[in-house]
Amino acid sequence: MLAKRIIPCLDIKDGRTVKGVNFLDLRDAGDPVELADRYAQDSADEIVFLDITATIEKRSTLVPLVERIANKINIPFTVGGGISSIADVTALLAAGAEKVAVNSAAINNPGLIDQLANEFGSQAIVVAIDSREGDENIVYINGGRTPTSIRTLQWVKEVEDRGAGEILLTSMDHDGTKRGFANHLTRAVSQLANIPVIASGGGGQMNHFEEVFKEGQADAALAASIFHYQEIGIVELKKFLKERNIPIRI
Amino acid sequence: MKVVILKYNAGNVKSVTIALNRLGVEPIVSDEKEVLLGADKVIFPGVGQASTAMNYLRDKELDLLIPNLKMPFLGICLGLQLMCKHSEENDTSCLNIFPLNVLKFPATDKVPHMGWNTITQLTSPLMKGVANNSYLYFVHSYYAEVADQCVAVCDYMLPFSAALQKDNFYALQAHPEKSAEVGSKILHNFLTL
Repeated sequence: MLAKRIIPCLDIKDGRTVKGVNFLDLRDAGDPVELADRYAQDSADEIVFLDITATIEKRSTLVPLVERIANKINIPFTVGGGISSIADVTALLAAGAEKVAVNSAAINNPGLIDQLANEFGSQAIVVAIDSREGDENIVYINGGRTPTSIRTLQWVKEVEDRGAGEILLTSMDHDGTKRGFANHLTRAVSQLANIPVIASGGGGQMNHFEEVFKEGQADAALAASIFHYQEIGIVELKKFLKERNIPIRI
Repeated sequence: MKVVILKYNAGNVKSVTIALNRLGVEPIVSDEKEVLLGADKVIFPGVGQASTAMNYLRDKELDLLIPNLKMPFLGICLGLQLMCKHSEENDTSCLNIFPLNVLKFPATDKVPHMGWNTITQLTSPLMKGVANNSYLYFVHSYYAEVADQCVAVCDYMLPFSAALQKDNFYALQAHPEKSAEVGSKILHNFLTL
């Protein structure tokens, strides 16, 4: 049976993990490679690396980092953050990433999704969507700072039609709150889309993951700080979910 | 041991190379006939699109060479599909090593089939030491039917061929290079055939 996936997310800046982490037993928790390797050993199903380096030279640090990651871990990983061209994606996939995530660039130029899917196959193209509730759920860009006029569910359908292979759905309302995932929104997106949906934002306790899989119908759940700060261990989380009859790879 | 990764216009050569390096093997990446014929083992990886990949093989006349190779040969993902008779993806005639049809998953659930899934009914030296119900990482929208040549079966909406074997020809729908320790075990089994 296809397992639900648990995905830790690492924010990267200038080749280093951003959020301070307290893995006391790691020699260098600021090294994304060491941290990713630790998560892979803890049976994380995938890892997402989000590069928030703002400088033009970001690719000079990101591509060698992706190569180091690919050399170290033997599970799939996705790289996102500022990806806006075929050349960006070519470099990252050639360096060993399985998938790339595009976000603002796809809103600014939706045809980019078609181009990337044609060039690399849908399976390599994740569209990240940052959504916030108002009268309706609206897509935000630029790291969640800038609202657009696009409704989230409308955008979900469009990115699928254009060839996205997966959706990474972040609820801006839930992100950082630790009060649970946006199960209602996730469920609406998952029922609408015929491609896998990764839920992100709000996971704070183990039962939140159970809820997002059962009520939210997510295919995968992503979290960052609760794993980095070891508030929840991936091993114990997966055991908890398996005991609750959710298909999980132990 | 000379391990050759067949180079064609499809992805994941890098990941397969790294996975082999971990097992102490430095593969040669090539699409030249002489290099392939001189190999002890050939790996045929693939992520991409069936008709484009078959056109590339035909241009290089590798479509005639591959079915006659005598050394252990392993197709991965798209590689497995191209080793079958025909793919529904762009109505593509394939290598016909396995007399099977490759079909698109029905739209009754999400496509691609993406993530970790279990394999059962394991036979073949390729699966030696791999426990029934082990998880492998899959990403694909097309599948090969279950057939006599199956040496592992996976289920997503319907049962399909997770691995095939006929004589020296082996094939895996999953990505062993991304399937943690289990995947590494399968690659090791192939290298020690």
